[in-house]
Order: sequence, then structure tokens, then C-alpha cells
Amino acid sequence: MKNRLLWPILALVALLLLNLVVTPSFFALRIQDGHLYGGLVDVLKNGAPTLLIAIGMTLVIATRGIDLSVGAVAAIAAAVTCVHIGTSPDAGTALAGMAIALVLCAALGLWNGFLVAGLGIQPIIATLVLMTAGRGIAMLVTEGQIITVNNDAYRQVGAGFVVLPVSILISLAVLGLVALTTRKTALGMLIEAVGVNPEASRLAGVRSRTIIWTVYVFAAVCAGIAGLMISSNVSAADANSNGLWIEMDAILAVVIGGTSLAGGRYSLTGTLLGSLIIQTLTTTVYTIGVAAEVTLVFKAVVVITVCLIQSPKARAALSFRKVAVS
Amino acid sequence: MLKKITTAASVIALCALAACGSGSGGAGSGTGNGSSGDTITMGFAQVGAESGWRTANTKSIQDEAKAAGIDLKFSDAQQKQENQIKAIRSYIQQKVDVIAFSPVVETGWDTVLLEAKRANIPVILTDRAIDSDDTSLYKTFLGSDFVEEGRKAGDWLVQNVNGPTNVVELQGTTGAAPAIDRKKGFEEKIAAKPDIKVVASQTGDFTRSGGKQVMEAFLKSQPKIDVVYAHNDDMGLGAIEAIKAAGKVPGKDIKIITVDAVKDGMTALANGEINFIVECNPLLGKQLMELAKKVVKGEEVPARVVTVEGTFTQEQAKAALPQRQY
Repeated sequence: MKNRLLWPILALVALLLLNLVVTPSFFALRIQDGHLYGGLVDVLKNGAPTLLIAIGMTLVIATRGIDLSVGAVAAIAAAVTCVHIGTSPDAGTALAGMAIALVLCAALGLWNGFLVAGLGIQPIIATLVLMTAGRGIAMLVTEGQIITVNNDAYRQVGAGFVVLPVSILISLAVLGLVALTTRKTALGMLIEAVGVNPEASRLAGVRSRTIIWTVYVFAAVCAGIAGLMISSNVSAADANSNGLWIEMDAILAVVIGGTSLAGGRYSLTGTLLGSLIIQTLTTTVYTIGVAAEVTLVFKAVVVITVCLIQSPKARAALSFRKVAVS
Repeated sequence: MLKKITTAASVIALCALAACGSGSGGAGSGTGNGSSGDTITMGFAQVGAESGWRTANTKSIQDEAKAAGIDLKFSDAQQKQENQIKAIRSYIQQKVDVIAFSPVVETGWDTVLLEAKRANIPVILTDRAIDSDDTSLYKTFLGSDFVEEGRKAGDWLVQNVNGPTNVVELQGTTGAAPAIDRKKGFEEKIAAKPDIKVVASQTGDFTRSGGKQVMEAFLKSQPKIDVVYAHNDDMGLGAIEAIKAAGKVPGKDIKIITVDAVKDGMTALANGEINFIVECNPLLGKQLMELAKKVVKGEEVPARVVTVEGTFTQEQAKAALPQRQY
């Protein structure tokens, strides 16, 4: 277990060291208007939505599934809330809008769960339906426009601070809650059992379907909250771009964290590390001044390196070569 | 049994999708041959309704067609090239007098435009160009000059700052024509004043979230930022949020120049949070109708017509905002 997390930790440390060398001001922290301000705080704030979605994704992947629709669900949550708020500066309206959005997201999760657990459709296909259609729904809700809101209560979700950014506090709270409910009860073991062999676990008396259904609903609600964070951060809902490709970031975070896509054993700490690595990478690109044209190549090289050093085979091959040379 | 239900469900879904497609593609169908009599019939294939800019573009074309007495057949391609090709084919079958469209993508138009050419129907491109070796496929291209927009932004900066000035640039989507050209035009102009330096430049993908995240990173890595040049209003609006969170005053401590002049941007300009906006005018309906009349009469038209575009200072924005259509 500890060994598995060693490599992601090293990757994160290496990225931070790169920042320390190139732009030492990245680590400067100060208090600005009563909250922390600095590069590391940005990493936490902007990484919060990815982390939250990755937590949901971890459980889905542990059941041998995958959820591609989370980005679209995030866009729907943002769209519904901002359309509901409209021009109102009222905190109550914002809360009501968010509640409606999250209930809707839970319903979308039920739909995913129905396709996967109910109809037995392959998860990648089942959630692809909502990935494509979901953005259409979000466009329909916003009528293709960017909806700008001016609501202080809503702004708190993504841009607010209680010393630390509110968004990361929410994500960490969810992480803690999931860790408690899955690791201190048998739930985590049951999820892993379903992932290893759904049929065997069903025969052993585990309610596989209910568990699969539950993780998809949970993933959708996480995606919904993440969507609220993303749109609240800029006080606007943009159906085209909110949560675009975030499913890929989340899957990557889960995989970097050492959870196998084949289902079964999962690591929440690994997911936390994976999310931090991805956001640190993005922020690093901005701070050290990688040219826009080579940004994607730079990211790809880092991700490939991280994945390779995690693979025992690749490591063995490398060390074998060293021995051979010497 | 379950399989049958799934198959049936997917067939129904496919039919529904097809129905949607034909509904939008054939918005103008049903009317017979339009070229009879003196009135000009124009077939217009719009990209979609992805932004306020596009909606204003559509409205301008519809209103001006009515004012010019041109019979307009309008279709919305919902961002899909195949829908646009379908619409253009239906216009050819209806024997309209002139076809105009905003190509979704740059390539893949040769076949359908050749069909139009054989049917002797002139074609006008609006807003976006196509990439084809055969320039005889269309009569003219009416749209913005993105390089000129960049030059206007650069001009204003050169005239309005003194002494050493550090500029950070928020680029549009890497590889997109407006991003490349707006960067080029801007650099051309500021080269005249060596005091003005672009100290950091990164893509914000034309979105508010992107603009905010990149600006947050710039604020930490750059010791001194005097001016933000954003390739569109949305990224500029994101940057404003980041600047505020850093405890600085947008428009005063850090000057902001953007391109587009959509409503949210103009509002921020009128409030003093943006300093200068270069217009990217969607209201090209009037120019389009004039061109269409000339083309139908067989008169020569220039191969490239640039839309009439202005610029806005804070005072001009205050005056213009009440009548702003988008």
C-alpha cells in the first residue's frame, strides 16, 4: 500500500521542486483580505472540482465501471443553477437553485446506473450517451448563451474563502466522508468485491446492482457539486466549456493514484495525490511560462513519465539497463 | 428479452436524432422555387447559436433581409458540418438566387460548393473563411479582419501608456484563426515602442475559467503586470475576477484590453473595469444584403470584404450600452 503511493508522491514533489527552481514566488504565501493567497492556494482551489469528480470516479472505477458523463453533468448543474438565480442577488434563490441542480444530477446518476446495472450496457457506452446528450441539455437550459449571475452566496462555493478556499474544503470533506463510510464499514470491501467479480459477489449475497447503482448516483452528485464550483468561480454558466474534458482529468487522477481500471482495489489517498499532480502540472505550465503551443506536449511528457515510473515492468527494464551498462 | 428492449430503445433514440437533424436542416424547405419574380431569395446556413455573438449575428441577418426585401431561407446547423452541407444542398434544389453561410470548419466544402457552382448559384462566405485551392467556388468572403483587431488593440496601448510597461497576454484557443491573428496584429503595433514588453502569454481557451486560472498564475509568477491583453471579452472578465482576488483594482492598477464587445464585456467597460475594447462586429447583415444584390445582378465584387468595426473607450461604452443588441 505504502509502496504504491510512493511514486505519485515523488512525482508531486518533483513538480513542486521544478517550480521552486524556476519561480520561487510560487511558494510565497500571504494573507490577502483575510484569506490565504499564493500559488499553492490556487492549486488547491482550481484542483477542487477535479478532486471531487475523481473521488466519485474512484468508486465507479472500483466497480469495474467508468463514467464519461461527469463533465456534461457538471455543465448541467451549472446551467440549471445560474438560470434559476438569474438576476437575483438573494442567498435563498442561490441555495434553491443549487438544490434543484443537485437533485437533477442525482436523477442523471440514476439514469446512468439504470443503463449499467439495470440493462447491463457496458459502462463506457452507457455513460457516453449522457456525455453527448448532457451538453445538449445544458445548451438547451441556457439557450446557448453564457449566463452571468451576480450573487454573493453563490460566489462563495467556488471563489469564497474560509482562510482556505471553500471549494477545497468541500472536496476534502467529501473525501473524508467517503473514506469513513467505505473504510470503517464493509461498504468499501463490497465495492471492491463487485469490481473483482460481480457475479461471484452476487452469488455470495452482495447486492451488486444496488452498489453499482449507488456509485453512479454518487459520482453524478459529485460532478454536480464540481460544476457548481467551476461556474461559481467565475459567476457564470457556459454550457459549452464548463467541465469540458474534466472526465479525462478525473480518470487520469484516479489512474495516477494507483487504482486499476480493471476494478477492485482502490485508493482514495492515491486519487487525492493524482488530482493534486494534475492541477499542479496545469498551474506549473502557466507559472513557468511554457509556450501555449507546446503546453500539451509538456503535459503529455510529464503524464507519460509518471505512468511509466509507476509500472514495475518499466522500472525493471530501466534498472536492468543500468546494470547492463555498468 | 432485455437485449430486444435495448435494441428497440436505441432504434427509437436514433430515429428521434434523425428527426431533430432534418428538422433543423430543412428549416427553409417546403417553399417552392424562390427565384421567380423580382425578389431575391437567399439561402443562409448558420453555424448554430453557441454564443451571444452568434445570436446577434443571426438576428442582424434576418432583420436586414426583411429590410432589404430579400426572401431569406434560414437554417441552423447546430455546429455540425453535415447539417450545413444538407442545408446547402436543399437550397440548391430549391434554386435560390444566392447562398450564404458561415462555415463550421475550414475544410471539406469543395464537393457541395461545386454543386452550387454547376447550378449557377453564387456563394458568399460570412464571418469565417474556408480552406480550398479553388477560389472560384465562392464569390466573396465577408468577415472581420482579426489581424486588424489586434492592431487596433496595440495602437491604443502605444498611445495610452508611458514608460516601461509589462503586458500579459491571454490567448484564444491555440491554433484558432482569431487567436493567431489577434496576437500577430498586436505584436506588430507594440514593436514600435520597445518599452512595452509582453512578459507572459498563455492560452485561456476563450473561456472565463481559463482566463481566470491563467491570470491567477501570472499574478504570482510576474512581479509587475501593468496591462492585460485578452483575445476576447470572456477571458478578460475571468482576469478581472483574478485581479480582484489579488487585492488589486482592475482598470486602474492593471489596465485591461479585450476584443469582441459582447454585452458583459461592455458592461465591465462602462463600469471602469476594462479600459478598451476592440469590436468584433456580428452585425454584418446589412453588408451581406448589399453584396447579395450585387452578386445576383452579376456585378463584380471584391473577393474579400471586411466588416465595419469600431472600438470602445469607457465613455463610449457608457453611451453605447443602452442600445446594444447583444
